[in-house]
Amino acid sequence: MTKRNWGFLLGGLLVALLLAGVVSNYASSHPDGLDSSLLTGCTVNADGEITGGSCPAQRAEDHELADSPLADYGIRGMDNRFLSTGLSGVLGVLLTFALGGGLFWLARRRGPAGTDPAGTGTDPAGRDTGPAGHDAGQGAARAGSAG
Amino acid sequence: MEILAMHISNGIINGPVAAVFAAFALAVLTLCVLRGRRDLDDRLAPMAGLVAAFIFAVQMLNFPILTAGVSGHLLGGALAALLVGPWVGALCVAVVLVVQALVFGDGGVAMLGLNVTNMAILGTAAAYLLIALLLRVLPRTPAGLAVTAFVSALVSVVVASQGFVLQYWLGGTTDLGNNLTGLAGTMAGVHLLIGIGEGLITATTVLTVAKVRPDLVYALRALEPVAPATRVPVAGSAR
Repeated sequence: MTKRNWGFLLGGLLVALLLAGVVSNYASSHPDGLDSSLLTGCTVNADGEITGGSCPAQRAEDHELADSPLADYGIRGMDNRFLSTGLSGVLGVLLTFALGGGLFWLARRRGPAGTDPAGTGTDPAGRDTGPAGHDAGQGAARAGSAG
Repeated sequence: MEILAMHISNGIINGPVAAVFAAFALAVLTLCVLRGRRDLDDRLAPMAGLVAAFIFAVQMLNFPILTAGVSGHLLGGALAALLVGPWVGALCVAVVLVVQALVFGDGGVAMLGLNVTNMAILGTAAAYLLIALLLRVLPRTPAGLAVTAFVSALVSVVVASQGFVLQYWLGGTTDLGNNLTGLAGTMAGVHLLIGIGEGLITATTVLTVAKVRPDLVYALRALEPVAPATRVPVAGSAR
């Protein structure tokens, strides 16, 4: 990681934190495409609860962790909705970065081929790793039999 | 019913089908780790973490679509595939879905395999196949990259939505009385509109990164145009 890469990383994180921490409060609160499709055929009250009819969502159940402190993108017990949504977004961004970045860091390829000390951007292993049909198929079969 | 839920909730698809897709998702994600390790070096690993964090943030930003009372949000498969490649990209989206299910109560934990299959696997795979095709035939200009990002993102959202329709056909908990085509049509129509938003967000983000740091866009590194002689560098190189 060069200085420039750190700069990009911190800049990107800042943008993500602003989006999740502030802009998220201006997001549409209407049900999303999946939810609205699943409610087609049912009548719904102002709280989004199904009141009648027949639709794919009518047997929906509560989430296993509906009582978790950050459930529904808010902080449990925090009355200020703006702060609650924003803070949960900030925590989510940091958590996702820590979990994802940490796992990717642990899984990364080490050794001479992976070093790019000059940070020139010329990936020594830059090659097409597209999911070529037969290749991916064989891989899936391997992974499947191993699992 | 949770109005804030964005992904498949518990009880929508029956347990056995959810379990089958959980096994399928686990197998494919394992493959992604094995193949993705070739791409993951000291530089890509933190960038992939950033891509996951960015997708989490933008998924919170539900935008209104033309249909009254319905919103859409980014899925992120095309964006991840463009920036960090298909294998690591699928893992990025999966990390987001795991965090959302385990911490934010969004998308049933028992339904995680279904959600991962649709958004992380199907969405990213469809996007990357199109990216690989379009980047080879379109000119290497900002416009070419924008069209690639927009089209691959739009199609990936519709493909992901049809993944759900397949799952509902296999294990939906409510008998739709042979009206599966109705569900397929509703899902495709609404996700076509959401796909426009996904395409705009993906194109804007990737063009911005390509302008600042073209070397950080995986698809531009990995995919050579068909005729290298006509290659034009995308945007002004930062170097």
